[in-house]
Amino acid sequence: MGGTERKVKILVAKPGLDGHDRGAKVVARALRDAGFEVIYTGLHQSLDQIVHAAMEEDVDAIGISILSGAHMYVFPTLINMLREEGLDDIVVFGGGIIPTDDIPELEKAGVKKIFLPGTPLEEIIEWVKENVKPRTVSL
Amino acid sequence: MGLIDEVIKGNPRAAARVMRLIEDGVPEAREALKRLYPYTGKAYIIGITGPPGAGKSSLVDRLVEEFRKQGKKVGVVAIDPTSPFSGGAILGDRIRMQRHSTDPEVFIKSLATRGHLGGLSKAADDVIQVMDAMGKDIIMVETVGVGQAEVDIVKTADTTMVVTVPGLGDDIQAIKAGILEIADLFVVNKGDKPEADKTVRELEVMLDMSPPREDGWKPPILKVSAIKGEGIGELMEALQGHRKFLETSGRFESYRKDRVAHSFENLLKDKLFYMVMSKLKENGTYEKLLEDMFTKRKDPYSVIDKLRCQCILDLENN
Repeated sequence: MGGTERKVKILVAKPGLDGHDRGAKVVARALRDAGFEVIYTGLHQSLDQIVHAAMEEDVDAIGISILSGAHMYVFPTLINMLREEGLDDIVVFGGGIIPTDDIPELEKAGVKKIFLPGTPLEEIIEWVKENVKPRTVSL
Repeated sequence: MGLIDEVIKGNPRAAARVMRLIEDGVPEAREALKRLYPYTGKAYIIGITGPPGAGKSSLVDRLVEEFRKQGKKVGVVAIDPTSPFSGGAILGDRIRMQRHSTDPEVFIKSLATRGHLGGLSKAADDVIQVMDAMGKDIIMVETVGVGQAEVDIVKTADTTMVVTVPGLGDDIQAIKAGILEIADLFVVNKGDKPEADKTVRELEVMLDMSPPREDGWKPPILKVSAIKGEGIGELMEALQGHRKFLETSGRFESYRKDRVAHSFENLLKDKLFYMVMSKLKENGTYEKLLEDMFTKRKDPYSVIDKLRCQCILDLENN
């Protein structure tokens, strides 16, 4: 009755041990300014925590910032965990220090997009607008 | 209707999906709420409000811990503001509640205000209903950081806690009408700061000067440190004390009846508003009316008076 307004929700998460969340915060802020609802969960997230937050908050996408070099473990594991929870319609993307050689394998694992350092924020926003839609649900 | 049955069984994934429908105002949300309504009314609802940076999220985190020790199932609804410019929001209250983020008996939901004033979000009451129906014993609702007039929470919560911190201003701030009148409990957080005792004294004086509450309850003032975990036991006792007071004085039931009336009235207002608006917008009448009011050919009061009559006729036709 109150009028439908579907908004895209994105979880921005920072798994693992590295303590640099400036990039994640800048992206979170830019996504907010583009009109998205961003759940920001802070540093040192376990993959369990990320999956659980994504489930409770019913997000449409998860953006992972990773600088630690553990991306070849983090992304495929996360995607498997989401699948096990029945959350495989959540779009996973990421950014950080990731060698271009690794990207094809990550994409094969199910990561929709990797943004490398220096990517203009507008490019990220455009990509999200194009590729992330509110997930469907029926009673 | 498998999703609803799953919610009633306590399935968090199903509950999350239904909450999302509610937030987005999808028509199915109403169907879901209809089916969940008979299962609601069992949870105890605690509101936590106060200025930004008072430590509301950290306090909620502590209280979740205490309620979990008692074996209670806990729901948290944390509300953050939507940017009035972009319509976007950053919801960051979960950061302080990480310890509970994988506990299957704790459900944390962040909501953006999406333009709703008053400290809550439009969806908040309905999201609380879902948590209630899924079997949460305690539901804590953390408002946006509020100033002096965002008092919606008092209509939603059984117990309202106002959290403040030392050093926010002189005691005149504390006697302005508004959030201080809605507190069933005052919490002075960051109580390890030296000025905390002064803040407690100012609140005491302010309470002494206030006329006694109509229900006879005297709000206690608790000094805590959410970060250090100090004073939390006393706070839990004070919460319990207020709950007992409500139950033994019969207020619990009468306040809840008020709440039923309040939410019915809100739904009714919404319904009428959308009925009238959609009718008005059907054939361009609305644009024309706006133009007429802008050019002073018509005044809005007469327009409304006339609309009311037409709307009642429509209702009778239904």
